[in-house]
Amino acid sequence: MARDRSPAGLVGATPQQPSFEITFDGRPITTLPGRSVAAVLWSAGILAWRTTRRGGRPRGAFCGIGHCYDCLATINGRPNRRACLVPARPGDTITTQEGHGHAGLAV
Amino acid sequence: MPGSPSDGAAGDPYATVYDLAVIGAGCAGLAGAVTASERGLSVALLDTAGRIGGQFYRHPDPAVGAVRPEALHHDWSAFAGLRRRLEAGDVVHLAGHHVWTVERQDGAEVRWTVHAVTGADGDGEHPVRVQARTVLLATGAYERQLPFPGWTLPGVVGAAGAQAMLKAGLVLPGRRVVVAGSGPLLLAVAGSLASAGARVPAVVEAAGYLGYARRPAVLAADPQKLAEAVVHGAALLKHGVRLRTRSAVTQVHGTDRVEGVTVSRVDRDWRPVRGTGRRIACDALAVGHGLVPQTELATSLGCATRRTEDGTHALALDALQRTSVPGLWAAGETGGIGGAQLARVEGEIAGIAVAAQVRGEPGPARDGRVRELRRRRERMRAFADAMAAVHAPGKGWAEWLDDATEVCRCEEVPAGAVREAVDAYGARDARTVKLLTRAGMGWCQGRMCGAAVARLAAGEATLSPLPSPERRPLAGPVPLDVLGALDPGEPSAAPARPAEQPDTDLPDGDAGPRH
Ligand code: FES
Repeated sequence: MARDRSPAGLVGATPQQPSFEITFDGRPITTLPGRSVAAVLWSAGILAWRTTRRGGRPRGAFCGIGHCYDCLATINGRPNRRACLVPARPGDTITTQEGHGHAGLAV
Repeated sequence: MPGSPSDGAAGDPYATVYDLAVIGAGCAGLAGAVTASERGLSVALLDTAGRIGGQFYRHPDPAVGAVRPEALHHDWSAFAGLRRRLEAGDVVHLAGHHVWTVERQDGAEVRWTVHAVTGADGDGEHPVRVQARTVLLATGAYERQLPFPGWTLPGVVGAAGAQAMLKAGLVLPGRRVVVAGSGPLLLAVAGSLASAGARVPAVVEAAGYLGYARRPAVLAADPQKLAEAVVHGAALLKHGVRLRTRSAVTQVHGTDRVEGVTVSRVDRDWRPVRGTGRRIACDALAVGHGLVPQTELATSLGCATRRTEDGTHALALDALQRTSVPGLWAAGETGGIGGAQLARVEGEIAGIAVAAQVRGEPGPARDGRVRELRRRRERMRAFADAMAAVHAPGKGWAEWLDDATEVCRCEEVPAGAVREAVDAYGARDARTVKLLTRAGMGWCQGRMCGAAVARLAAGEATLSPLPSPERRPLAGPVPLDVLGALDPGEPSAAPARPAEQPDTDLPDGDAGPRH
């Protein structure tokens, strides 16, 4: 990671735990520990992980703090989780959430 | 048991009746909690986040091992001081607690029950209750968002949101990030993004900075704010960031993500001036139009509000930070947007005042420390009022919207539908628009679109009728299965309220995030 003029370089990040991998729609992403799922996706340049119910338009994190619900994702098979609040853990499987997120659920 | 700080708290934090429950562990809540605790009160401090600090002092997880967390903050030492006092004392810190309502029990003495969900959107979600004799609300603020064409495109993020993601997650939304909207937060956000490695081609501010010059007395009263502005200004110059005042982003370009923005000049009322649009290439836009006090817990308990200089509502508080409801205090942004320092001062005043009341000591207003804190508060509040007036949204901003612009992000309601509800069906307020169009009925319950819908409903002629203060019976969405898990046998003296509030916080149709 670039030491200089990167967010991690700026605060002198010296991770206490090893980097780990999660996947987004099957694509592996390696990350520092201690980040939310949304932050991990942003770090890989991914800004959208959901499509809207009516227009099918892409959305990702907007407010960053749990207020807007634009960042809903399917995390380890559970839909409608706010990616900006959920901490990323090794081996997490993130998939794009389509529409209302009820796909595959009996609701 | 009641009154003894450690009883119950050591084992089961929910079994004790605390002298004080503080909601929110930002600057105001922390200052209030440690002050009251140091004066002998038993205190529970509830916060949604896993770590203290609120939005201003958001910082990375310890696993990141940040050796210079202060690099992304102003005044980190003030926070470090509060954290030390918290660690040294016996405040019961309840992290990851999403408070959704506060109830009052009128017995021989008034008691408050604070209802929270733990682990919302994380693991281990279940409902809990904290009981206390007094409550301090320090719930902070929301970012005010005003829509414009393209603002739902991935890559458009809240300015405060970009700041939060950077401070906690050490990530940027893009490499070239335009910062736009209104208010002093924009300068701080641009400075952080640039020093963390983003290119910031422009900061686009809808207000004019001349507004400050017209209030020299206020500026002179708070020189520290001027010094802060100079620091931000220098940081922006160093990174080659251009500040464009009296301008706004009036269009975002791109199909699936941001590729650029059009910046137009606006007049004094924030109306775009035709033919002034200039395109700027960028891959992200961080946008926000100031902050709005987060008051729903208080207003649902009947606390009085006051109108602020930028047309929103803040809690009406007396000289000792009391709300209009006995036993309920508030501090920080809930009483009007004023910044971290002011929040700390108000939190301390509240902590002293609550301690005096609970311990039956007379006259906290005559306490020398309180007098000094109040002087500082008056000065900072005066500055905050001036700032709110300078950056208040001009009434012409609604002209940024074409009919296809989505106003409500959750329900995907375009401005055209809202205008139709107003022009063809006679809607005159946000609630009627909501019933006709579903704007504000989705997951976020109008937190993102409320200001815009109220403005469109008010029509062209004037800013009034005033948007009403936020009233939501539930301050956060609560999964139905969690509500169902509440023990029905528990006493509850508060009258049932939902019957008179047809719009619950659970979006209809989809029932919100379910688990
Ligand atoms: S980004 Fe707004 S709720 Fe997650």
